[in-house]
Amino acid sequence: MQINKVKDNLWEIPTTEKEGMRVPARIYASDKLLKEMDAGVFEQVTNVACLPGIQKYALCMPDGHWGYGFPIGGVAAFSTKDGVISPGGIGFDINCGMRLIRTDLKLADVKPRLRDLLNVLFNKVPAGVGAKGFVKIDKKELSEVMTRGVDWCIRKGYGWALDRDRVEGGGCLPGGDPSKVSAHAIERGIGQIGTLGSGNHYLEIQVASQENIYDEKLARAIGIFGQDQVVVMVHCGSRGFGHQIGTDYLRVFDTAMKKYGITVKDRQLACAPFRSPEGQAYYGAMVCAANMAFANRQVITHRIREAFSQVFNEDAERLGLETIYDVAHNVAKIETYDIDGKPTELLVHRKGSTRCFGPGRSEVPTLYRDWGQPVIVGGSMETGSYVCLGTQTAEAETFGSTMHGSGRTMSRHAAKRMIRGSDLQRRMEQHGILVKAVSMSGLAEEAGTAYKDISEVVDTMDSIGVSKKVVQLKPIANIKG
Amino acid sequence: MSQAYTFLEDTAIADMAFEATGDTPAELFQAAGQALFEGMADTRRIRPKVQKEIRLQHEQIDQLLYDWLSELIYLKDAERLLFREFSVQLKQNGEWSLSSTVRGEPIDPKRHGLRADAKAVTYHQFEVVRTETGGWKARVVVDI
Repeated sequence: MQINKVKDNLWEIPTTEKEGMRVPARIYASDKLLKEMDAGVFEQVTNVACLPGIQKYALCMPDGHWGYGFPIGGVAAFSTKDGVISPGGIGFDINCGMRLIRTDLKLADVKPRLRDLLNVLFNKVPAGVGAKGFVKIDKKELSEVMTRGVDWCIRKGYGWALDRDRVEGGGCLPGGDPSKVSAHAIERGIGQIGTLGSGNHYLEIQVASQENIYDEKLARAIGIFGQDQVVVMVHCGSRGFGHQIGTDYLRVFDTAMKKYGITVKDRQLACAPFRSPEGQAYYGAMVCAANMAFANRQVITHRIREAFSQVFNEDAERLGLETIYDVAHNVAKIETYDIDGKPTELLVHRKGSTRCFGPGRSEVPTLYRDWGQPVIVGGSMETGSYVCLGTQTAEAETFGSTMHGSGRTMSRHAAKRMIRGSDLQRRMEQHGILVKAVSMSGLAEEAGTAYKDISEVVDTMDSIGVSKKVVQLKPIANIKG
Repeated sequence: MSQAYTFLEDTAIADMAFEATGDTPAELFQAAGQALFEGMADTRRIRPKVQKEIRLQHEQIDQLLYDWLSELIYLKDAERLLFREFSVQLKQNGEWSLSSTVRGEPIDPKRHGLRADAKAVTYHQFEVVRTETGGWKARVVVDI
C-alpha cells in the first residue's frame, strides 16, 4: 500500500489505494512507530475511509494497532445528516476510559504503608471475572445511572460536587435512552458498578517526580506539584453492560445494512445511518453505557477515597484526593467543527483515542479552559503513563483527538510465552512496583514488553502539536483483574 | 466422538481466538463452549453443580453459534456462573433449533484459576464450515 509522508510524524494513504475510499487515510506516527505498525492498521483505516458520510480523513493515532473493524487508535467523523454510526468505531467496551486522581501525599508518606494500601484497595475495588460491586441497585435506579451518570453518584454520596466538572461531558452525556437497552444488558451490568474488569484494565498508584514534569506551569494548573507527589490512575469501562449493548447492536446492524443498501469491507464495520431508527436506538443505548462507565469510575473513585482515608486515618478531602480529569477513549460524540468554512455537526467516533480540545473550547471545564483539556494516557504496568493537554491544532487536524495509551505490539499468547505472571510480579517488585492481580496469566499478558514505547507515542503527538506533554507518571503499585 | 478445540495464538493481537471442531454440529457447539470457558478459567476445577437450559433458533448455523456463545457470556456476568459441561441438541427443520443444557457453578476466584474475562463474541474471521471429511469446524474470536 502506498503511504506518503505529509510531514514529520504524519502519513497519508491516498484514495486511489483502495476502491471505495471516500477520503484519504491519515496515520500519525514517528518513522519507528510506522515501521512497527501491523499491516492490519493500514487495511482497517482504509476500510473506515470507505464508510458513508465520512469527513476529511479516516485517522489513526500513533498507538494504533489492529482492532475489530476500526483499528484501535482509530478516529472518524461522520455528518450527523447523512453519515453513519458504527459500533465497530466505538468498541465493545463503550466509554472505556481513564480517570486520574491527585493527592497531597508524597512517596515518602505512602511507601511505608504501600502494601496495606494495595490490600485495602484490592478489597474495595473488585476486579477479574465475575467481580461484584458493593453498590446494590434495582432496575429503576440503573435507568437513572444510564441517564445521569456521575450526577447519580454524587446524589448517592459516591462523589463530591467538584468531581462533576472534572469528567468529560460533566460525566453525563445527553441522549441516553434506557428503553433501547436490552434486559440482557441490564442483567449483566446491574451488579458491576464499582468493578474494574480484567484484560488491560487496572488501578495504579503512581508518582509525579520533579524531573518528569515537562511544563511546571501547566502541571500546577492541573494540580500536579511534583516533588514525588502520589496520584492514582484508573482504567476501566462500562463492563458487561456496555459489552452486551455492543453485542446486541452489532447483530441489529448486521441485518440493518441490507435494508439501507450499505456494504462494508469487514463485517465488524457494520453500521447504519445515524438518523435511521437503528442508528438512533444504538446511539441512545451507547450513551446509557457511556454514562454507566462514568458512574463506574466515579464509584471506584469513592472507594479509593475510602481506602486512603482508612489507611492514612484522615479525611479524603484533607488528603487532597481530587479528581484531575476523566476521559473516555471508546465513544462516539456529537461535536461541531468547521467544515468548508461552516460550523458543522459531526458524530466523532474515537476508538482507542482520547478527545483533546484546546484552550477556549466551551466543552472544556472553566477550570482548564485557559490551558486545554487534560488528556490521560495510560501506559503499560511497567513503563508509566502521561498527562497531556489538548490544543487548537487538534481541533483543526484530528477532530480534537489524540492517542489513548501505548498500544499492544504482541499478542497475549506471545506475551505469556515470554514471561510467567509470577516472574513478572517479582521483576516489577525489584523495580519498586507492587502488583496484586486476580489472574497470574492475565498479569503476564500485560507485561511492558507487549506494548509500544509510550514515550515515543506521546512525543509523536507532542512534536506535531496535537497534544502537549505535561508530566510523566511512574507506577509504584498496580491492581489488575 | 472426536471433538476438540485449539487456541489460535496470533489471530487477534489483544484477544482470544480458537478453532473448534466436531463430527456433528452439536459436537462443534460443545467444543466451542468448552474453549470459551477454558479461556476464562481452569475448567477442570469447575464443578457441574448448577444447570441452565438454553433454547435458540436461527436460519443460519453460524449466527446460531454466535448467539449461543453470547448467551453463555451473558450468563457468566448476569448469574456469575462458569460452565464445564455442555449438552447440545441441534435440529434443522427449515431453520436450526438448538436445545442445550449447560452445567457449572458460581464463580469462585479462589478456586477456579481465573484467566481472561470474555466481553463479546466478534464477527472477525468468524465462520462455521463443513470440513473435507464431512465434519464441522468453527473459528471464533472473542474480545477480552
